[in-house]
Amino acid sequence: MNQMKFTRRNFLQVSATAAGAMVIGFHMPSKAMAQAEGSAGTEINAWLSIDANNIVSIATPQTEMGQGAFTSVPMMIAEELDVPWENVRHVFADANRHVNNENLYTTTSTGGSTTVSRRHPYMMQAGASARERLRQAAATRWGVPLDQVVAKQGVLSAGSNQGTYGEFAAEAAAITLEQEPAIKPYGDWWLLGTDVKRLDIPLKTNGSAVFATDVEVEGMVYAAVAACPVPEGKVVSFDFDAIKDMPGVIQAVELKQTKDTPTFTDLRSAVAVVAESWYQAKNALAAMPIVSDFGRGAAISNESQNAEALSLLAGTGVVLKDEEGNPGKGYDKGVNQDAVPGLLESATKLVVGEVYHRPFEAHATMMPPAAVADVKEDRVDVWTFTQDIGRSLNEVADQLGRDTTNVFLHQTYLGGGFGGGYNMDVHRQAAAISAAIGRPVKVIRSREEDIGGDSQRPPVWGTYKAALGDDGLPTALMTHFVGEEKMPNFARSSVANMPYIIPNRRHELSQVQSHVPIGYHRAPGANSNGFIIEQMVDELAQAGGWDPLDWRIKLTEGNEPWQRVLLAMKEKSGWTTDLGDGEGMGCAVVESHGTIAGCVATVSVSRRGQIFIDKLQYFLNSGYTINPLNAIEQAESSAIWELSHAMFGGLDLRDGRFVNTNFDSYQMLRMPDTPPVVEVQLVNSEDGWWGGLGEPAGPPTPPAIANAIFYASGTRIRTTPFTKATI
Amino acid sequence: MAITLNINGNDVSIDADPQMPLLWAIREKAGLSGTKFGCGIAQCGACTVIIDGSAVRSCNIPVASAVGRQLRTIEGVSENNDHPVQLAWQDLTVPQCGYCQSGQIMSAVALLERTPEPSDREIDQAMAGNICRCGTYPRIRAAIHRAAELAKA
Repeated sequence: MNQMKFTRRNFLQVSATAAGAMVIGFHMPSKAMAQAEGSAGTEINAWLSIDANNIVSIATPQTEMGQGAFTSVPMMIAEELDVPWENVRHVFADANRHVNNENLYTTTSTGGSTTVSRRHPYMMQAGASARERLRQAAATRWGVPLDQVVAKQGVLSAGSNQGTYGEFAAEAAAITLEQEPAIKPYGDWWLLGTDVKRLDIPLKTNGSAVFATDVEVEGMVYAAVAACPVPEGKVVSFDFDAIKDMPGVIQAVELKQTKDTPTFTDLRSAVAVVAESWYQAKNALAAMPIVSDFGRGAAISNESQNAEALSLLAGTGVVLKDEEGNPGKGYDKGVNQDAVPGLLESATKLVVGEVYHRPFEAHATMMPPAAVADVKEDRVDVWTFTQDIGRSLNEVADQLGRDTTNVFLHQTYLGGGFGGGYNMDVHRQAAAISAAIGRPVKVIRSREEDIGGDSQRPPVWGTYKAALGDDGLPTALMTHFVGEEKMPNFARSSVANMPYIIPNRRHELSQVQSHVPIGYHRAPGANSNGFIIEQMVDELAQAGGWDPLDWRIKLTEGNEPWQRVLLAMKEKSGWTTDLGDGEGMGCAVVESHGTIAGCVATVSVSRRGQIFIDKLQYFLNSGYTINPLNAIEQAESSAIWELSHAMFGGLDLRDGRFVNTNFDSYQMLRMPDTPPVVEVQLVNSEDGWWGGLGEPAGPPTPPAIANAIFYASGTRIRTTPFTKATI
Repeated sequence: MAITLNINGNDVSIDADPQMPLLWAIREKAGLSGTKFGCGIAQCGACTVIIDGSAVRSCNIPVASAVGRQLRTIEGVSENNDHPVQLAWQDLTVPQCGYCQSGQIMSAVALLERTPEPSDREIDQAMAGNICRCGTYPRIRAAIHRAAELAKA
């Protein structure tokens, strides 16, 4: 697994203006102030400050969207600093300081389940570095050898000398260490590995957490925006005169696309209406005549893409190399790709799979994307929906042609992220509108604008052929997937790196083109592909006369991380294929983001074909876990995320536009549909690797349920949502 | 025009179009930002408030319809974040992103005031109008039972 590079500079940089980004003369909303960047106290390094009462404020450069970064990052630093957890306070890292000091915090990106798994080395280093400088300061002041100074739970001591970290903070801040200390290995932890409640929870039970939608700036007005309803189409003209007398309406602003083919966060062609209230802006925008050039996308629909994919699957695709897809654990590098077509041709027992399919899915974060921008001549302030504050700050500067030193992008809580905060131009929209009207503005996307114009998780199609040997196990396997060309990796994840020992394997990929923006999502590839691969496995096991769980155990023999999960599934889930009529258990196991996640689903299917999910049991191996409570919360969350898509999701693309763009038609899982039992067990290897935890419980969920439905009803469901299937 | 709303026990005078959706009057005019916008068509429940004891979606009813009635928002649930529902939410670490949770809590408060010891089925019915994209439903269900116990104790 790659580890991010970090430099000593990150731990040495000290600024007298830790809280100085929010300087004098700037009106900050009082609630946002309480959740502001920086803090009182003496800064030991950019990550932490200690005040006279020994309260430690820890800055988090990653965003908090419910996944726990605002707790995990302080935990990793507090572990090494060695301070009582009740003395730790969380503060937002300052994006301006990060960007203008050569990426002070290394990265502000938040995604791919990496905050802990890949960034713990330098975050723990920041805490260790501060602790060693405090020890050094005490040794110098007391005139004792360094090795006699003990730093523990916020107190420095050496013999009869004793003092709090706070008393030594100023001296520590001035120290340069000759050598950075090593970080603690697993086993020496006192805080990491324990259940810690997330620090942001109390703010989220009384409405006081500030999201981008909640920020208020004096003199602020509101904007509603409309891009062309066919993504990649362009707004040609609009008739402001037709709406200018509507209540509260102030102005219309054209948002000009800056690039012919916008990627990710480039500004897309759109028009905004600005008004005294957001609902007035939205109503006026809806009433304003807009002429658009729909472009080539208007010819594309779910049906046309499906037909194209099926024709591609009838041919051959590009053969994937071993290493393509997610970095895998235990992938058999010795597979013989070239022999596969011949072996399938001469097979005595051939299994030919049908076509499986997953449709487009939107992020549909509960908070629609929103941003507040206050563009002044000498200073720009922005609060926005983003999963990367540093990148978004740079983009605002780019949009306005400003120097980054005068651009301040402030963190707020994210009302969900799921990758949606990466593929976003709402901060550019707000900045451009504020610059055009000369006033602060709050942009809120309507739900229809959000879902219809979102960067979607792309559709995937897949099928397979396999030859079985005398023992019923596959001797050769060929898979062929079709993905969207803009994000081909999504169609590779969890395919070529599947863990199963099959002597001859060949994985082919073809691509379809759509005009729809595609972007990061919560486990976008593994969620779609796991559905296909893990039902394929059940079909192969059935054809070969194997119990599906025993098949998986047999074909991962000797692969400890997988065996640990699969054996737990067998021993702890009450696994049986012998249930009564209309009942079934199904299993699936998928690795994503370095974590192996197994799911055992228990379902019943009524005589009328109604599906009831009675129980979902998860077994996760992420190597290490720093906060088991949060790991379990994230497993539940990612499981239900994908359960929602499996049962109810699926975007409907017709004539180039998505037609189900609000929650009346793009359905979500709700409380009555939630399984009565969702259980998570951590079965960690604890042997030197770190998996991410924000996403991996999703991918095994739909195939485990589909497999269970098969055992309950005899019907195999090869596409989602299940509610549209006939059982 | 001038409109007086009774919000969390206080009369609040605002200047608004009577047809303004109640949600935007609460957020933009009364300055209470805990109640959230999610869909605008009463499908997601992020905007749930309690009017005369009933959980109501505030995003698609006019502000005029709340005049003369007792309106409660998340800010009025307790002074110190210690209503049994809030304590149960904290205890069982319910919120993740947190955006839907004001609405979830208001639906739960209204349910427990009407039905102090709800069954799972009653919880399913009362909470069906509130979507949580983070999937905190199992914890919400458990926390409502916990809140019922806390309220009884």
